[in-house]
Amino acid sequence: MKKRTLREQYLFDKKKDKLIILAIQIAVLVLFFGLWELLAQTGAIDSFITSCPSRMLKTLKLLARQDLFKHMGITLLECVCGFVLATLLGTIIAILLWWSKTLRKVLEPYLVVLNSLPKIALGPIIIIWLGAGYQAIITMTVLICIIVTIMSVLAGFMECDEDKILLMRAMGANKFQILFKLLLPSSLPNLISVLKINVGLSWVGVIMGEYLVSSAGLGYLIIYGGQVFKLDLVMASTAVLCLLAAIMYASVALLEKYVKKSR
Amino acid sequence: MEILKIDDVSLIYQTNDAETQALQNVNLSIEDGEFVAIIGPSGCGKTTILTLISGLMKPTSGAIYLDGKKIDKPVGDIGYMLQRDHLFAWRTILSNALLGPELQKKKTPETVEYVNGLIEKYGLGEFKKAYPRQLSGGMRQRAALIRTLAYRPKILLLDEPFSALDYQTRLSVCDDVHRIIKSEKKTAVLVTHDISEAISLADRIVVLSKRPATVKKVYTPNIEGTPLKRREDESFSRWFDVIYKDVST
Repeated sequence: MKKRTLREQYLFDKKKDKLIILAIQIAVLVLFFGLWELLAQTGAIDSFITSCPSRMLKTLKLLARQDLFKHMGITLLECVCGFVLATLLGTIIAILLWWSKTLRKVLEPYLVVLNSLPKIALGPIIIIWLGAGYQAIITMTVLICIIVTIMSVLAGFMECDEDKILLMRAMGANKFQILFKLLLPSSLPNLISVLKINVGLSWVGVIMGEYLVSSAGLGYLIIYGGQVFKLDLVMASTAVLCLLAAIMYASVALLEKYVKKSR
Repeated sequence: MEILKIDDVSLIYQTNDAETQALQNVNLSIEDGEFVAIIGPSGCGKTTILTLISGLMKPTSGAIYLDGKKIDKPVGDIGYMLQRDHLFAWRTILSNALLGPELQKKKTPETVEYVNGLIEKYGLGEFKKAYPRQLSGGMRQRAALIRTLAYRPKILLLDEPFSALDYQTRLSVCDDVHRIIKSEKKTAVLVTHDISEAISLADRIVVLSKRPATVKKVYTPNIEGTPLKRREDESFSRWFDVIYKDVST
């Protein structure tokens, strides 16, 4: 066999480490579901209470022939709508707060209070004002994400090097130019990390919203399954939810990779 | 011809704790094409003078005239160079250099050609498409100077532009900057606390007093040549001693 150069050895070792980690990750997953199934089959745990992977699969197959994809679609749509709206609105509000120092100072204590308020407490108000439909769910999602978005985007703007702003002003830049040519591009990494936080939060918002009002969606399936004591349905829906959330997170991570590359 | 006139300028800072007088009756006249260095004890208000010239701040009393016109807000005919290059990481060197013309809506083919010419002329031609992180500290500072020249400012303000560089680089960048400014026939005001830097670069050296700063003395060393040549001149250390005594007392 040809002897590896130092460089090749280094790259080989790195690749090996990566593969080992991946293998362990898959093993953990297999072990978890395998053990769960085994314990349920041998009767060590009561699968009526805990469900088990084979029963979850059966439920999913059954659901897939009925309306699983409708439920998935509704939840996903609500989540993406809430996510996009909250990110856009939050960023716009952050820009306004950066623009006006007075507005920023006036609103600061309100933001702090709103941030610590558990948004679910607003549930009844939202339902009464907007009705028990998808509007209420999307609103709940937006409310949960928007405050954090405003605060982190604004913090990113305020972190921008004062000297860079001074330099641009000396060149005769106006506030719009400072915003679009300096602040937004320089806080792009920060914006991406806000997106990552919002992926998680918007799922919290959607499921919370669906627990409160919905008649369809994965959150509805979970609540319904709990009420009629069908743990198979609860577990299966939760697993699907995990999958969707992972896909959405992966898309943002992909976006991040692309942005990093193009800088 | 006089290009910049600082006419009896005073500045009082207001903070929560106190009122601080930073400048007191500063008078200075700068000729077109002149390289003036301002030195003085640290914290005496050197940088404040540059901020006032750029129009980003207004004097409490007195006035500053650029080309006979009173400065009261930044209008983009002043070039600023700071300690760090502040090139934008997401823009290429060429696009960084074109920032000024772009902001002033003067990005004409003629300007682009002019900026391209500057980049070629000052040895960054092959890095036009590169990003700032791919350049060394000295090259980045040169790129920053080209960005400053790109919108053809009437006067350059240099706020300790070499102090973030290591000693070797500092000497060569000093030479570069001096050569570029002289060959573009620009007027420059340099603020520094480094006396030898001031002597090696400037035609005229203005020594400020402790706060509240006022013009204490003005020297014209009259040493010819590039900064490195000047450092080797026999009168260099004599000037250094004289100015050092002035700054430290």
